[in-house]
Amino acid sequence: MRLTYFRHGVHPPELKGLTAHSPIRRMPFPAEIVIPLRQHTGKPARAIVRPGDRVERGDKVAEADGRMSVPMHASAAGTVRDVRLWPHPDGTYAEAVVIAVDPNSPQPHRPRVIPDWRGLSGAQLVEAIRQAGVVGLGGAAFPTHIKLSPPKDTPIDTLLINGAECEPYLTTDHRTMVEYPERVQLGIRIMMRALGVTRAVIGVEENKPDAIAALRATLPADLDVTVQGLRVKYPQGAEKMLIKSLLGREVPSGKLPMHVGVIVQNVASVATIAEVFQTGLPLIERIVTVTGHGVRRPSNLIVPVGTKTRDLLAACGGLTPQAREIVFGGPMMGSAEADLDAPVIKGTTGVVVLSDAEVKPQRSYPCISCGHCLDACPVFLNPQLLGKLAMAERYEDMNQHHLADCMLCGSCSYTCPSNIPLSQLFALAKAALRKPKAA
Amino acid sequence: MSQPSLLITAAPHLSARDSTPKIMWHVVLSLAPVVGAATYFFGVSALLVTAAATAGAVATEAVFGKRGTLWDGSAAVTGILLALTLPPGIPLWMAFVGGVFAIGVGKLIFGGLGQNIFNPALLGRAFLQAAFPVALTTWPVPGGGFWQLKGDNLALPFVSPHPVDVVTGATPLGLMKFDHAGTELWKLVLGVTGGSLGETSGLVILLCGAYLAARNYLNWRIPISIFLTVAVFAQLLHTLSPSRYADGLFMLFSGGLMLGAVFMATDLVTSPITHLGCWIFGGGIGVLVVVIRIWGGLAEGVMYAILLMNAMVPFINRATQPKVFGHATTEKTT
Repeated sequence: MRLTYFRHGVHPPELKGLTAHSPIRRMPFPAEIVIPLRQHTGKPARAIVRPGDRVERGDKVAEADGRMSVPMHASAAGTVRDVRLWPHPDGTYAEAVVIAVDPNSPQPHRPRVIPDWRGLSGAQLVEAIRQAGVVGLGGAAFPTHIKLSPPKDTPIDTLLINGAECEPYLTTDHRTMVEYPERVQLGIRIMMRALGVTRAVIGVEENKPDAIAALRATLPADLDVTVQGLRVKYPQGAEKMLIKSLLGREVPSGKLPMHVGVIVQNVASVATIAEVFQTGLPLIERIVTVTGHGVRRPSNLIVPVGTKTRDLLAACGGLTPQAREIVFGGPMMGSAEADLDAPVIKGTTGVVVLSDAEVKPQRSYPCISCGHCLDACPVFLNPQLLGKLAMAERYEDMNQHHLADCMLCGSCSYTCPSNIPLSQLFALAKAALRKPKAA
Repeated sequence: MSQPSLLITAAPHLSARDSTPKIMWHVVLSLAPVVGAATYFFGVSALLVTAAATAGAVATEAVFGKRGTLWDGSAAVTGILLALTLPPGIPLWMAFVGGVFAIGVGKLIFGGLGQNIFNPALLGRAFLQAAFPVALTTWPVPGGGFWQLKGDNLALPFVSPHPVDVVTGATPLGLMKFDHAGTELWKLVLGVTGGSLGETSGLVILLCGAYLAARNYLNWRIPISIFLTVAVFAQLLHTLSPSRYADGLFMLFSGGLMLGAVFMATDLVTSPITHLGCWIFGGGIGVLVVVIRIWGGLAEGVMYAILLMNAMVPFINRATQPKVFGHATTEKTT
């Protein structure tokens, strides 16, 4: 098999063995569900329910606010308890619909909210996807209907399906490809129709041979869809790296994949789109890997969106005494969680509980100019220089050195022997530059 | 479930297993065989000189360094490297002073680890050579038993050393430069020649360097480019005039070239951070070594070659920044 790759990057330990062979199972409904109105990139949704309202599974509880927004749906039947600020997984508070789940409900759903996909035109498909509240499930939660509506003057020739899953520990996409390959293929078919493209390539890292085999065995005969093995390397799943690896195209600085004729979709998003059209239910649950050496029963779970972290962990046997840090997302780019009341949202790929032994050392040393960060940076920046500028708060100078091209993948921090928090410094610098200057 | 006490840190939440102290202590470890070889050739004097220079370096770091920097291992590396550039018969107090200077002036006044421009060990040696030229150029030849001192190691500070009854002689480079006499290659490779502690055992140094390179604790491009430049340049001159100029292999294995190329030029702090920069840096050192050895007033040129190129590192870094992803294409389209 031809291996494709990008230059630079790092090789963190894969650590996927804890859940790589655990079949996906459904977790029981928790007693309370919290649906934040801000779960996606763009404008938060607006709540359309009030305390006391009865909702069925799949009912809309919040309406999209503008084009860069998607609606939210109840992930379980019950009664709206409150609409109020609630801890958000990103560390802030966000407006959320709190639903007391009806313990006696068999959790049915109303007949088909989303129409059958056959017979829908491309534009109708995109609108149905939007009404289903579908966003990218790879972590960034970018509204899918926006991605599927490139401007008319930007021709798209290839749909790339991202099955790299390069973050350590996570096996969400892996298990999806192994257990639901037909769903992935149907999702690709629907997306190809929505986009009007004739070619799709699925990229999967070589450490998932069972996923590659499952996808190869289910390739549609009538469509140009291929599966390509990728070299195991972080951040192989970053859009720009994936495009470089699979197609050899380099997305220009400041541009999007569509500017080189490509749309990238995560495997989980594709499978979800198929599921939405198959069941007629909007996006109200997702597959989450709950793993790490700090959790008793690492599992791949189907989780209702809005399940609180504490309920999720309880469904996996709870924490071990070694549990030290709870990370939403993968350990390379995910964020540490402070509040166990924060719920799983649409973009939550996994919850990783790190043990005492594997959390990062707290002490930093001076930079010794070893150059390992330059070797690690997948976009060829000079993190050493940027780090020095950041510590001097020379943010404008950092712009001159292409801070904007940094995607905060964390490869430089990961590899730094002096444990300098480079990507944290860059995130701070980016935030400072976004702030409007005081007049 | 009650809320356990949780750690909140920024991503990434994992880190590679290397750390700066680990790198430094690995360098110390990889220098042990070199010190061992020096002890084999020069007996107890080699151990005494190494101990004195290291004590000077570590003591200075302990007294004047920032809190907690002593155990990062960098002072020990500097002390041992300095010792390896000294002749085995040097009075111990001079070696100690060299260690003090190397850390104090070579590193701490710049702001400590990572801030210095010049290789501290070489700066210490340059200081000693200027201050005590005679002691720094008296070269005992190997042999004579383990317990026999190779010079007046125990001389009191600022007292003329007693003449000690050991056989001294010129180094192979001195012989070549001033007497036009060659030395057999096998003696150079194994190290059975006069010279400083670490000047003698090219083979051991190469093996230790290969270990560090395999662990990515030194950039192999630097020694390789030095070796290539020196070999090609010297061989070219040798071909033009075999009687006047030594051949490339002699140049490679004589003097401090092996030690300098593998352990000094590759000092992470004072070498370039880009790969292309490392090639340029090594090439520059190679050219300077040959130029100084052949046309300069000194028999040996590795020290000054590295120090001169150390000064060039900021410019080399700036000139060799890689092209940022997605930028060439932007320029093409606009």
